[in-house]
Amino acid sequence: MNFGQSLLEALESLSANKLRSSLTMLGIVIGVGAVIAMLSIGAGAQSTITGSIQGIGSNLIFVMSQRTEGVLNPKPLTVEDAQAIADPLQAPSIAQVAPTIQGSLEITFGRKSVTTSISGVTGNYDLVNNETLYEGDFISEEQIYERASVVVLGPTTAQNLFGYVDGLVGQTVRLNGQPFRVIGVLNSKGGGSFGNQDDRALVPLSTAQMRLIHRSPNDRVDSITVQAINAESVIAATDEITQILQSRHRTAVGADDFAIFTQQAILNIANTITGVLTIFLGGIAAISLLVGGIGIMNIMLVSVTERTREIGLRKALGGRKRDIIIQFLTESSMLSLMGGLIGIFLGWLISVIVGKIASASGTPFTPVVSINSILLATLFSTAVGLFFGIYPATRAANLEPVEALRSE
Amino acid sequence: MDNPVIVANHLAKIYTMGKVEVQALVDVTLKIDRGEIVSIMGPSGSGKSTLMNILGCLDLPSKGEYILDGETVSTLNDDQLASIRNRKVGFVFQSFNLLTRSTALTNVELPLRYAGITIGRKEIALEALEAVGLGPRIYHKPTELSGGQQQRVAIARALVNKPAILMADEPTGNLDSKVGHEIMDLLLNMNKERGTTLIIVTHDAEVAAQTQRVIKLRDGLVEAES
Repeated sequence: MNFGQSLLEALESLSANKLRSSLTMLGIVIGVGAVIAMLSIGAGAQSTITGSIQGIGSNLIFVMSQRTEGVLNPKPLTVEDAQAIADPLQAPSIAQVAPTIQGSLEITFGRKSVTTSISGVTGNYDLVNNETLYEGDFISEEQIYERASVVVLGPTTAQNLFGYVDGLVGQTVRLNGQPFRVIGVLNSKGGGSFGNQDDRALVPLSTAQMRLIHRSPNDRVDSITVQAINAESVIAATDEITQILQSRHRTAVGADDFAIFTQQAILNIANTITGVLTIFLGGIAAISLLVGGIGIMNIMLVSVTERTREIGLRKALGGRKRDIIIQFLTESSMLSLMGGLIGIFLGWLISVIVGKIASASGTPFTPVVSINSILLATLFSTAVGLFFGIYPATRAANLEPVEALRSE
Repeated sequence: MDNPVIVANHLAKIYTMGKVEVQALVDVTLKIDRGEIVSIMGPSGSGKSTLMNILGCLDLPSKGEYILDGETVSTLNDDQLASIRNRKVGFVFQSFNLLTRSTALTNVELPLRYAGITIGRKEIALEALEAVGLGPRIYHKPTELSGGQQQRVAIARALVNKPAILMADEPTGNLDSKVGHEIMDLLLNMNKERGTTLIIVTHDAEVAAQTQRVIKLRDGLVEAES
């Protein structure tokens, strides 16, 4: 029997029972579709998260307080710590140091008020974090020294408060009831995986410590962002920060009261998380593919029982075991292959729709349907068809021709 | 006539159904010459279906020796039996047994496909269909054909591989007497033209009367030959 003829015959017998064949296929369609959609959404999430982490700059180091068990007298990070890290003699690999404190406050203009994230920042915050201004100026060293009542608004905050973003410099808003003058509006950074980076307001660090966000001790900061002189010196800079803080905080080696994150470390963690998530979702999807495969086996078994007489006849006319096995395997793998192809299309469709919904809700997110996942799904679904077809096919092939011909 | 196509020596067949053994054939010895027309008769339970299955290589005897067209069948395995059936035996059944989804032509092509013939297959099948006089309905499916036409397709299918013997199991049983006569004439004609040995299993004395020799079975033994 040649191959084309087998395909044609399989197609013929599948189309003899169109409803049954398409329902059987549906199981595979859903399974493959789910696998493709999950893998592509996972890959999309990964690339979005990676992108937004990379967007913060490859030479950044984040220092935060951390309570570790076994550390006696943990000390908070302070402005003095930041100044010590900024010392070029002690830390030659460090270019910029930007301590910040953060809080959530109500900000009011006229009768309109919104609650947003307020950061107390230093004058180099814009350099360190790659911030650019849509209009106006950033906070200056002078304003920090003076503890000036000035604020730089994020574009979303400005939009929420005023309804527009143009010509806001010089307006006065109230933070916790105190008047602050708007000196600038930031450019949009786009939504990231860490919440909306456009909905916030920046004030001078000194002003925030004094009048908005109270911390004890008074010069405590929440985090220190450090910029290494270049990407290669990140590791050297990390060592320098560790040494400076360990000696200032007098902690034992290996029991720090602070934590240092580099962009690479965050990237690794994020990749691990999204990787696990993708495997998890893909695994669940694979289970539905398995269920689809069992559906194929079920239908093929029914088909063998129904066609016992036909099998007997084929054997009487000279069909060998191999011929019968090939016939049934062709049918089952054709079912699963066609289901797989439709499933790939369905999965692609789902991931495109998810992408559209994500962008519509403000999180730009592009699911990636990779050639690998398509190949994987096609291969896997055909394998499922073959595997679950083997048992019914051998059962058919082992029928005794005499018995089979006698059946009704 | 000492050129036998079938030599069966002391054939016995025992079926085991659970714990009960049923002796369907006790001891059958017979010889059928090339080109002969033989009918096998007997009441139900006489073992005639079992004999037909063994002679048609669908089943193996429990005891005894069976030689078909010079090949000893009784020692072959499943796939070798399939090959023998394909090359040496043509089957015609009471209920036609055509593939309902396929056209008359495809049905006739089926034994050629199992024989591994790809080149000129359609021509051979068309020739066989022409020989049985199906006329222009070669692309019709069995459901679109009358009983007589279906049996003609079945005969074409049985003869397409030019077998040594043609086994017909109640070939006219599902047909009215007029069409039944036509089919009998066709079978006899094929025997005359091609020299194919014809073995007909039947209840019908009128059918048996048209054959050269009648083998009567009873309780797994040959009761009479005439």
